[in-house]
Amino acid sequence: MAVALSLRKAIIGTVFGFSFVPLFLLGWVVYGMFASVYHAKVRENLAILAEDKRNAIDLFLRDQATQLRVLAYSQPVERLSSQEVMDSLLVLLQQRSHVIVDLGLIDEEGNHIVYSGPYNLRNVNYKNEEWFHLVRMKNLYISDVFTGFRGFPHIIIAVAKKENGKDWILRATINSEIFDSFVRTLQIGKKGDAYIVNKYGEIQTKPRFSGKNTSIVKDIIESNFSGVRLVEGEMDGRAVYIAGVWLQEKDWIVIVEEDKHSELEPLMRTRTMTILVSGGGLLCVLVGVFVVSRMIVAHQERHDREQARLNEELVQSSKMAALGKLAAGVAHEVNNPLAVIREQAGWIRDLLEEQDVQSSPNFQELYDAVVKIEQHVERAGNVVHRMLGFARRMEPVRIEVSIPDIMRQTVLFLENEMHFRNINLHWDIEENIPLVETDPAQVQQVILNIVDNAIDAIGKNGNITMGASYDPKEGCVCVRIRDDGPGMDKETQARIFDPFFTTKQVGEGTGLGLSISYSIINRLGGSIRFVSQLGEGTEFLICLPVRKGSETE
Amino acid sequence: MTVASIPNQPSVLLVDDEVDFVEALTKRLRRRGFAVQGVASGQEALDVLARQHVDVVILDVLMPGMDGIETLRHIKERFPDVRVVLLSGHGGEDLGVRGMAYGAFAYLLKPVGLQRLVEVAIQASEHAAFR
Ligand SMILES: Nc1ncnc2c1ncn2[C@@H]1O[C@H](COP(=O)(O)OP(=O)(O)O)[C@@H](O)[C@H]1O
Ligand SMILES: [Mg+2]
Repeated sequence: MAVALSLRKAIIGTVFGFSFVPLFLLGWVVYGMFASVYHAKVRENLAILAEDKRNAIDLFLRDQATQLRVLAYSQPVERLSSQEVMDSLLVLLQQRSHVIVDLGLIDEEGNHIVYSGPYNLRNVNYKNEEWFHLVRMKNLYISDVFTGFRGFPHIIIAVAKKENGKDWILRATINSEIFDSFVRTLQIGKKGDAYIVNKYGEIQTKPRFSGKNTSIVKDIIESNFSGVRLVEGEMDGRAVYIAGVWLQEKDWIVIVEEDKHSELEPLMRTRTMTILVSGGGLLCVLVGVFVVSRMIVAHQERHDREQARLNEELVQSSKMAALGKLAAGVAHEVNNPLAVIREQAGWIRDLLEEQDVQSSPNFQELYDAVVKIEQHVERAGNVVHRMLGFARRMEPVRIEVSIPDIMRQTVLFLENEMHFRNINLHWDIEENIPLVETDPAQVQQVILNIVDNAIDAIGKNGNITMGASYDPKEGCVCVRIRDDGPGMDKETQARIFDPFFTTKQVGEGTGLGLSISYSIINRLGGSIRFVSQLGEGTEFLICLPVRKGSETE
Repeated sequence: MTVASIPNQPSVLLVDDEVDFVEALTKRLRRRGFAVQGVASGQEALDVLARQHVDVVILDVLMPGMDGIETLRHIKERFPDVRVVLLSGHGGEDLGVRGMAYGAFAYLLKPVGLQRLVEVAIQASEHAAFR
């Protein structure tokens, strides 16, 4: 059973290993590939979003600047200096985009010459403002978002032009809410955010969530890059993807944050699914292996048992063959001296008939001695005869006989004995048992031996059941002889077919009965088996082929 | 069985490698009126037959050297009138059967009672005389 167990373990281990490992690898690889593709896709989407927005904002800024530039260059300063003209220009501009709050013309000295707009900025001087200098240098200036004199967040766009040898500056104010609305459309998902940051890392638009980790943004700003920069980091305690992209028209950077967790949710679902499917597959394999291994082991055990039985039979019959040869040899060697003794004793007996010997005082003694010698020579001769019977190579005769008839006849010899010992005989013979082509005398001897043993085993008071049946599948007639005697222990069971093995007292058992029976049945092409249980009894089973195929020696 | 019951003293040659057996049987057969000689091998038997007339040869089948069957064949070749009774032990049955085919008069299984041996020997000698 230990072998069966280890076999089973080996099967389960092997199959499990060979299915678990590929299944695991498959799941792992497929998931890994899917995950990396998915990650790439998420990042790509983010980059595209950021880039699109950057383009839109750039376009907007370019548009505003161009508009202003067209105004400035298409109108002479003279005209621009007129309040009415400026007012009408503002109206014109506001018709196109209402983000423009006011419009003003500033001279070289920083004086606000004309102002059109809702605020009273007429007398403000910009000479000391930084942008004032920058615009004169570069001709175009776009500011960061600031609150300034007006009291609400805005940016200014200014263009400079030279006329009459003097610098003039046309400046428009744009409500920076427009940028808020630009980035708002990017504030996607539950946790996504988007905003614009200037080159100092100052946030220019209203972010969706406060508490920005500006160091990440700073890192992005400080790293040199073109196109879209993508980093992963922590924002407000959440893992996020951050995309940054510089505007072209302004030193601003568009930042788009995407919550990694909610972005990767489908991936997590995929992972759970993968684990579930793999686990399910594994479970199937496990169950399958379990069932198959059980079948294999059961088969193997059956096979082993059968093999063991065959081996046993093989060992037994080769033992028989070897002992047969030995017995034959011994018998011959003993037979010759016995013949000599017999004849010499006979010669003495002859001589005892002489008159003078008969009258001798020791005649009776001599005569008795001769009789004893002859008796014991006879006895030794019988033993030799039995041994030879066991070794005999005589061809068994073949007659069609009824096995039940043989059984009944055989039992006749033993009826008195059974009666005397108070042993009951039961019959259990099936109908329609076919005739068997075999040697009736030898079959009779076997049955006699076995019933003899059963009687000896029971001693007094018991039951013997004699059964016969036909097995059409094997083409065999089977004889069963069961007793309710003491049964046999394992050691005895292992040896009962051995010649000269007996548990009986000297003179009562020769130990040859079963070994002779064994070789007879073997020669007749049948089989002899038994089961015995200590305390319950013994059953012998003899099967004889109805028609004998090949001869077994 | 007494001496008187055998009228014309048939001559018998006993062949067996077991010398003591031959000796005892020789004495016992002589006592019963046979003219008996005993030898221990097939060759010796042929020598005796060449020298003198014998009615019946009692021949053991299993012998070292020339065995009973071979001896029988030689006898039948050279002295076809001699009757041969084969004696065989266990294991020699098939030899015995073959012996019959070579023209043995009878074949007896060992151990054979003296009574039976005498009967067969007489039958054989009568058979010989009848021929
Ligand atoms: N029906 C039986 N019940 C118990 N023991 C048995 C039975 N048949 C055989 N045996 C055992 O097998 C041994 C060998 O039997 P056998 O070969 O017939 O020799 P013997 O009968 O001369 O002892 C017996 O001595 C006995 O121990
Ligand atoms: Mg017995």
